[in-house]
Amino acid sequence: MSVISFEIVYRGIYQKTLANKISRTLVLAAVKEGKQGISFGRYSDSPERNGIPAKLFGYIADNSEELQAVAAKYEPKQVDVSICVDDTMCKGVESWAWYGLQPITAVTKPGGTLIVTSNYKTDDLVKHIHRRGTPYKLAIVPGGASMAGLWVYKNDGTDARVLGAALKAEPSICSMASLEQAIRENIGGDAHIEAARASFEDTRSDEVKPGQGNTEVPFTFQLLKWTEMREGVVIDGVGGHNNYRDLEGGYEPGRNEVFKKWSTRTMRPVVAFDKCTKCTLCWIACPDTVFDVTPDGYFDANMEACCGCGVCEAICPVSDCITMVNEVVFEDRGSQYLMWKKDAQAYQGYLTDKRKKGKVEKRFPITGLAAAFSGAGLDGGHNLNSAKAKSVKDFK
Amino acid sequence: MATAAQQAGVGVQLLTGSEVMANVVRLADVDVITAYPIRPYDTVMQYVSRFISNGEFDADYIPAESEHGQFEIVKHACACGARVFTGSSGVGWLYAMEPLAVTAGLRLPMVALVGCRALDDPGAFGTEHNDAMLVRDLGWLITFPDAAQEVVELGLLAYRVAEDPKVFLPCAIAMDGAFLTHSQATVRLPSQEQVKKFLPPYNRGDMLLHPDNPITIAPQANEDWLMEVRRQSSEAAKRAYTVLKDAHKDFCRIFGESTNPFLDEYMTEDADVVLCGLGTLSLPVKVAIREMRKEGKKVGLVRLKWFRPFPTEELRASLSRFKAVGVVDRDYSFGSPFHGGILLNEVKAALYGLDKQPRVKGFVCGLGGREVLLENVKHMADEILAIAKSGKADTQVEWIGVRG
Repeated sequence: MSVISFEIVYRGIYQKTLANKISRTLVLAAVKEGKQGISFGRYSDSPERNGIPAKLFGYIADNSEELQAVAAKYEPKQVDVSICVDDTMCKGVESWAWYGLQPITAVTKPGGTLIVTSNYKTDDLVKHIHRRGTPYKLAIVPGGASMAGLWVYKNDGTDARVLGAALKAEPSICSMASLEQAIRENIGGDAHIEAARASFEDTRSDEVKPGQGNTEVPFTFQLLKWTEMREGVVIDGVGGHNNYRDLEGGYEPGRNEVFKKWSTRTMRPVVAFDKCTKCTLCWIACPDTVFDVTPDGYFDANMEACCGCGVCEAICPVSDCITMVNEVVFEDRGSQYLMWKKDAQAYQGYLTDKRKKGKVEKRFPITGLAAAFSGAGLDGGHNLNSAKAKSVKDFK
Repeated sequence: MATAAQQAGVGVQLLTGSEVMANVVRLADVDVITAYPIRPYDTVMQYVSRFISNGEFDADYIPAESEHGQFEIVKHACACGARVFTGSSGVGWLYAMEPLAVTAGLRLPMVALVGCRALDDPGAFGTEHNDAMLVRDLGWLITFPDAAQEVVELGLLAYRVAEDPKVFLPCAIAMDGAFLTHSQATVRLPSQEQVKKFLPPYNRGDMLLHPDNPITIAPQANEDWLMEVRRQSSEAAKRAYTVLKDAHKDFCRIFGESTNPFLDEYMTEDADVVLCGLGTLSLPVKVAIREMRKEGKKVGLVRLKWFRPFPTEELRASLSRFKAVGVVDRDYSFGSPFHGGILLNEVKAALYGLDKQPRVKGFVCGLGGREVLLENVKHMADEILAIAKSGKADTQVEWIGVRG
């Protein structure tokens, strides 16, 4: 029995078409060689909202009986290849389906491969990925998170390059010739095929050893029995009018301890408290009530709750006070305010460093999604570091 | 690469159940389509509109203002002689309940996709069959495909049977949300020529609403008339059975697929017990059966392809061969005779009065889109095997895969 399984972890909703193209093409390439395949999404993810981590899965089997045997188990418990098309999700994913935080390698087989599209290096990503007891391989496809779009598919070649890397990771899926044919039929012409080939040749993977990586224990929760749940679909409020952290005074709203949503975030606000005029606009405008009020009247963006939409930055009237910075450059979710209070000078250094490494430039005001279309910051695919990288226009 | 192996992929497409339905709509050359989004039905809207915008298919495509309007528009188009397609899911389907009832009452052969979805609140979109089942008493034909490939057969049969003048009843194609509407599987589509051979043009005959054929449809009719109208509908629903049987023969002749019009029997020849259910349940059940057979457990599956017309005779003949039957409902019927599901009640009713009756036990599982896992199926099958062994009746309905 030989069955190959894979998953594609992507951000809803603007990476949905990208993920679908990758999944379909991989299965169809194998079908060309007489294999059987199925491609399906985690349905609970499907009311996709902007930025929500979502998953697609695929099985490839030698015959239909083998395929049914695995498909009857639905969501794979283990996959040969995990593909992550936005490196910020290396911090873990919390799906709309509310399963707690899943490490990005939650279902990657021991010895399996995690492919990530990223402009960062292996070590930069491994420190975000939750450590585990078994080894896995990490392969990076150069480029940021492709915002290939949903209705309009801005094809930047990410699909083809990921496919090349996937075949490298699991050569038994099909021959390169079959993959090329499937790419031609489902994605695009020579530029894509060339990109897939280059990616197949260039992609290297590093082994990540057991115990290596992020030491944080991902948050989980216990689903209740039907006898324990309140009737009438009533849910208790989280309540709470709390002081700020352990201090006297201030205000911290009650928050759901097990549904945090921060894995939706691709960028986070950093606040220059020295410049803050306490105008309250960020606090009022934030759609997720992310800002905790400190006893001395500052507003501290709580990184357990922030989805990274960028509304605060857009509405802040003081220049360079709130800045959105790529999530990958952070390794913690601690309080910026407390860091600043402890050592204002050190905090200034932190601020400068983070902005330098990952400031998200040129966004349209208000919507986080705008970053996707402005060709800056998160905009991937286009900023390929690979020697054989192609510009977007080559894929037209 | 071997040529033969490559050939295996020729003509095979990777399609979701919704996508296959859109292809059936295209191949059936439907005239008028209305749409109003609700998932999981809405996927078919996207595929149909893509065909139209790509110039691969010509039809009037009308996005409506609500499900009520959506079903009203096609209902009227259908009266005017148009072959129609529409659909909905869950509470969207229920919002159209008035036109749904009237369409059957007026004997209009509308074909609709029900992307089966839980009736929320609480907000939910996983599959449950209660939405489709809510039209079961109204004259609607209801079919439950189990896989993308079967949508070809049941979709085409839906048009053929619904539009048969002996029937003229609407047909709901009830697809399990996600498991069928959203999963991409390899499918072979028939050719346009084959479909043309199978599906004659929709001819409303002298019931056509047209200026050249002055008629009135649905005037006020109270106690003096309505019982006779209902009796006509009942006869039409009865005739659907025979029409479907004949149409299925034709289907096999032209497409060379499918074996039994009403039932999908799997490993039943020597089975002691069977599980009985609808839709995509067949996947985990068939796989579990294969595994249980290795342990010497003689379990089979009897799946109903059609819920309306209900295959009473076939089911009586089939199920009376077994010692015990487990009826698996992906729906609920709260407060009903054994507090189980709709299928259980209907199967029990169908079997009542037989000289040789199997023991029947009901299960409720897979609600709200919860996966029916192999271990769930094996547990149900073991329960039924135990009943077969003891011969004792067990009217307790068991909930499978519920926490607690």
